[in-house]
Amino acid sequence: MSQKKNNIKTFFQTLPKNIFSGFVVSLIALPLGLGLAMASEAPPIAGVIAAVVGGVLVSILGGSNVTIAGPGNGLVGVLLAVIGTLGIESAYAAIICSGALLLILGFLRLGKLADFFPSSAIQGMLAAIGLIILGKQFHIMMGNRITTDNISYLLEIPNTIISAFSYNNQGLTFAMLAGVISLIIMLFYSKIRNKYLQLIPAPMWIVLLSIGFSYYFELVLKQPNPIAADYMISGIPAFDQIISELPTVSFSKIGSLSFWLGVVSLTLIASIESLLSIKAVDKLDPEKRRSNVNRDLKALGLATVGSGFLGGLNVVTVIARSSVNVNNGGTNRSSNFFHATFLIIFIALFSTQLTRIPLPALMAILVYTGYKLASPENIKKIFRIGKEQLIIFFVTLLVTLTIGLIQGILSGVIITFVLHIIINKSFSLFARNLMKPNVLMFQEDRNYYVSVKHFCSFLNFYKLKSKIDAVPETEDVIVDFSLCKFVDHTVMENLNNYQELFTKRGGHFEVLGLDLHDTDSKHPFALRRLLPVPNVIKNSLTRRQTTIEELAKDYQLNYVQKKERETHFLDSFLFFRTKKINYIYNQLATENETINAFDIEFSEGEFIAKEVIRSTMLHIKLHKSIPEFTLDREGFLEKVYAFAGFKDIPIKNHTDFSKRFYLLGEDTNAIQEFFTDEITHFFESNPYYHVESNGHDLLIFGRERLASIKEIKALYDFGKRLQQVVS
Amino acid sequence: MIQKPFKTIGIGIAFSPNLKANLYEASRLALFFECKLVLIHVGNESEDKTETLEKILNTFKKDHLEYEVIFKPGDPVDVILSASEEKKVDLLIIGAAKREKLFTYYVGSIARKITRKAKCSLLLLINPSIERLPCQHIVVNGLEDPKTEQTIETAFYIGLKLKAEKLTIVEEIKQNEITVNVDDDKSLRKTQIVKERLRNRERSRINHVIEHIPEAFTQNIVVKSQPIFGTQGYSIGHYAQIARADLLVMNAPTKMTFWDRLFPHDIEHILTELPTDVLIIQ
Repeated sequence: MSQKKNNIKTFFQTLPKNIFSGFVVSLIALPLGLGLAMASEAPPIAGVIAAVVGGVLVSILGGSNVTIAGPGNGLVGVLLAVIGTLGIESAYAAIICSGALLLILGFLRLGKLADFFPSSAIQGMLAAIGLIILGKQFHIMMGNRITTDNISYLLEIPNTIISAFSYNNQGLTFAMLAGVISLIIMLFYSKIRNKYLQLIPAPMWIVLLSIGFSYYFELVLKQPNPIAADYMISGIPAFDQIISELPTVSFSKIGSLSFWLGVVSLTLIASIESLLSIKAVDKLDPEKRRSNVNRDLKALGLATVGSGFLGGLNVVTVIARSSVNVNNGGTNRSSNFFHATFLIIFIALFSTQLTRIPLPALMAILVYTGYKLASPENIKKIFRIGKEQLIIFFVTLLVTLTIGLIQGILSGVIITFVLHIIINKSFSLFARNLMKPNVLMFQEDRNYYVSVKHFCSFLNFYKLKSKIDAVPETEDVIVDFSLCKFVDHTVMENLNNYQELFTKRGGHFEVLGLDLHDTDSKHPFALRRLLPVPNVIKNSLTRRQTTIEELAKDYQLNYVQKKERETHFLDSFLFFRTKKINYIYNQLATENETINAFDIEFSEGEFIAKEVIRSTMLHIKLHKSIPEFTLDREGFLEKVYAFAGFKDIPIKNHTDFSKRFYLLGEDTNAIQEFFTDEITHFFESNPYYHVESNGHDLLIFGRERLASIKEIKALYDFGKRLQQVVS
Repeated sequence: MIQKPFKTIGIGIAFSPNLKANLYEASRLALFFECKLVLIHVGNESEDKTETLEKILNTFKKDHLEYEVIFKPGDPVDVILSASEEKKVDLLIIGAAKREKLFTYYVGSIARKITRKAKCSLLLLINPSIERLPCQHIVVNGLEDPKTEQTIETAFYIGLKLKAEKLTIVEEIKQNEITVNVDDDKSLRKTQIVKERLRNRERSRINHVIEHIPEAFTQNIVVKSQPIFGTQGYSIGHYAQIARADLLVMNAPTKMTFWDRLFPHDIEHILTELPTDVLIIQ
């Protein structure tokens, strides 16, 4: 009973934070919802309806914790085809049917469906969807509306760029400028790590700037908006109109094959996108909870049915908005609910203002999302894993672009299987062992031991997965592949995900028995076949590294430049709770390793919302216990956070310190005691750094980018003196 | 309590390169278990055949090996089965090829047919050798089945006779016994509790079985019990392979229909990939 009471208490305690993050998410959801719907050639409001219905229903009925539901990027490609062939009224019927199908999938506990697709094929399919979005919307963004097919859209891009310089119509030129400027905002927004700028998400900046631009012309210059009228958003109904004028849903085409083909593709993509997102978001959850995937599918299905009847699009779990939710302090499903609430408020209050947004500006947001889905970085990554993955990727991509989504993913599955047969030169390995229960798990003294036989690929990974899923992430697991002849890339990638999950939650996950297996590339995710191992190549040093090497000699420090993926000592710091550390490198440590400066690569967000950040940090081991705290410069952002429930801890008799620094922590008394005059004076008289304690170690860094040699020296000096003051 | 589970050991012989190894293994076992050995050959009697056999079995003469040779032409399966019934064979030894071909999977090789039809206990040897390889680790199933008690007793008897060092009783807990599905943290905790309860139940059941076994059988051997969660009949083979067992002792399957062969389960899985020597107790 007390447990329950406690839950209610924490719920209300975290409510302000969730309202705040729900608000930030709604800032992105509004422009994205409008854009995604327009890209699918549905009425713009359909995307917002999907987000509202999804936000309300999934937050009440769903089984995940920090996800956000709404219209998805992946579905644009399918919806476009469905609306194109069936017309919008029948498309609503197809959306309703796909929702029902999703509901059934949830009841049949088919949340594991996404495990049956090879990851390179899924990558290829997503890239194809990205190209479909990018190809079509790029022309609208440039003020050049054309209609053709998927491939020609892409081929026409250079022509559109050339013709953009010779528009006769000034309205079109302004439309293009709005689009290009918006794209620039999207591209460079994440590069500028300014706290004040980052408070409002990039898509909302675009909306605000374009509405401001339109008002400037109307109110200050008293001129009509120079952007061509047919390049403005149209057809945004007022709030009461949405309710009074429900769209007609036509089930007349329910007997046709194309209808059901549409329904199946919608369901397939909706479930894959949702399942991938849920899995990725679970890794970001600060409270390390496990999502109930099947329950989420049911909720999403129901929400899709509701959304379809109200004239909205499919509801899926979306990764980008969920990442933003986590980064802004969302801790439970209520933030999803509040994101829907704020969307209703926006539509109710500002629906007329929304028509002032130029279409190209909105499409720039989509071009950027499309680019992120199909980014060359992804292709490079896949190539590093192995050439065969690239074949799978491109076959899926091309078939999806030219024929269709279902055919695309199917061809990806088939080509993967064929390649596996060719690589192993054996069909019988798969045929004979496919149906065998090849995974054995039992508990040794303290850890779980999992042994896998024969082969382990996307075809039978679900068997291994169901076994591993039954282990709490705080335990130790050993997966042994020594009896396994072949392990594919999909499995390796998934195991790596498990490894991360287990380490994050205090468990341990180890993979054994692959030392004898051969790979084509050095990538940790490359598929493995039982054979001798290739050797390792050493790479050369960069200039920065040679300078650091000199510095190390000068200061008598040990310098290790290679990438170190063992970074558990950083996991317990509050700063990394919603971030994923990729690796640290260029380590510069004292003889006894108490002070260690290093470059670090970590990422915020997951999947397409992922931003990779590199920074230089300093880690100090203290030989005593101190309270946990976070200390940073006082500023505007902290005032905002204060509304959301964080509190600055004041230090007595040091008003200057309290005014200039922002001190955060659980145990107020212990922190106040720890900040003695000496320590407070030290911080007052030195440059600002972000300083964090996890109870026994300190983490110090300046900016969220790599430090120059000079800065490293300063950081090192600061850390050394701080260590002396503290101990 | 059976003091001596096996009185007569039978072996089907063909005059193949494996003959000597097969005979050596069978004779050794007959001596260990103090049994009579019956050699069954499908075919007509001839002088050089008898001579060859005598030459091989000469080695065991000094140990007073009691044996009998039967020559009988006909269908191999029928001959071996009828002869072993006639001679009251209670342990039939079959030399198995380690990997059976894909084609024979549905048709069934001679050995497989015998396995399915035999009414006595069966020992499938994967690696007969002339030199004796010590049997150190025996794995036995601890299924919840009326036959299990006898199977475990026999395993202890064999352990004593072959001087095995370790005996592991494996309880296979079926997936459908865990009534909760793992969805989130809450259901995961629930499954952990259900599993722990099942483990304790199985452990106490096995301890109960062991209590009934005479101390002479259990005192010189390390007994371990290991619950595993997996598909019945298959996972125990997998476990035996990982645990590097030398002999796997199992219950005979209760029934075997056409469907069992089409959708293999239990013992059929073990037969498709023998992990070690397998003894099936009837």
